[in-house]
Amino acid sequence: MTGIAMTTFIDIVLFSMLVATAIAIVRMRSLFAVVMLAGVFSLLSALLLVTLDAVDVAFTEAAVGAGISTVLMLGTLALTSRSELASRPAGLTPLLVVIVTGAALVYGTLDMPNFGDPNAPASTHVAPDYIAQSPAEIGVPNIVTAILASYRGYDTLGETGVVFTAGIGVLLLISGLRRRRREEGDEE
Amino acid sequence: MDWDFIVGHVNYWLFIVLMMTGLYIVVAKGNLVKKIVGLNIFQTAVFMLYISVGKIDGGTAPIFPTDMKIDPAVVYSNPLPHVLILTAIVVGIATTSLGLALIVRIREAYGTIEEDGIYQIEKDIAAEEYRLHNELKSRRS
Repeated sequence: MTGIAMTTFIDIVLFSMLVATAIAIVRMRSLFAVVMLAGVFSLLSALLLVTLDAVDVAFTEAAVGAGISTVLMLGTLALTSRSELASRPAGLTPLLVVIVTGAALVYGTLDMPNFGDPNAPASTHVAPDYIAQSPAEIGVPNIVTAILASYRGYDTLGETGVVFTAGIGVLLLISGLRRRRREEGDEE
Repeated sequence: MDWDFIVGHVNYWLFIVLMMTGLYIVVAKGNLVKKIVGLNIFQTAVFMLYISVGKIDGGTAPIFPTDMKIDPAVVYSNPLPHVLILTAIVVGIATTSLGLALIVRIREAYGTIEEDGIYQIEKDIAAEEYRLHNELKSRRS
């Protein structure tokens, strides 16, 4: 019982820190601070993922969400601008949109099984097969690795294709930036 | 709505609160970098919601002991959502980097990354074209 109470306490602390970070991101004007807070948000969510038993996802989130995406955003800030200008007041429409969408999503959770329910459809369909068969069929201690690289290897191949396409897109968009800037400099 | 139901669902609702904060940033804020950050918050909240579906009470991370002597009494959480979300995180960083590259190009073309500024420039260009068009038409007639 104390174990469960401890987990609940940790969950509540992490959740309040996540919400506080998100609200700070909404209110901040300095984009540098926003990007840093986004990194903090990613690290906090990685902690929450550890409490949900997803250790592989947690370290991927910490490396990709807090590492690579922060670096990419800082690069963008270096090439563009550092602070957000005051825009027209947003009014009530965004708040209304958000509340309606949120209410619809909450309505959608009402017939979901309880959190941690061992008889939930998600945990009784194919997952027990993976857990029972993978030691004999694959022989890798980490079940997530076994599924990712073997049972669903084609998914991972497709993912590589997506990353490759995005890389080509970024190269096409950015390439020639320095050259164009130099040409502009010559004209002036 | 009994107590068990609320305790079993409150974490889904908290994830939805985080999601909606991200959506609010995307809809209400005019700065493009901030919109991308909001999109990332939304995305991370969806990931956590997905992972929480695979959690089993009293379960542990789905990793066997390295000597592969598996104790049948140990409950493992569902590994399938973890695999899907691993893929989604990598695809997410791919879309983020593409979005950021687009922002760099927008800044190059318009000199601003604020939505209001871009609309204003678009409007000026349209007004100028309209004026030229009218001028040409009156000259022709």
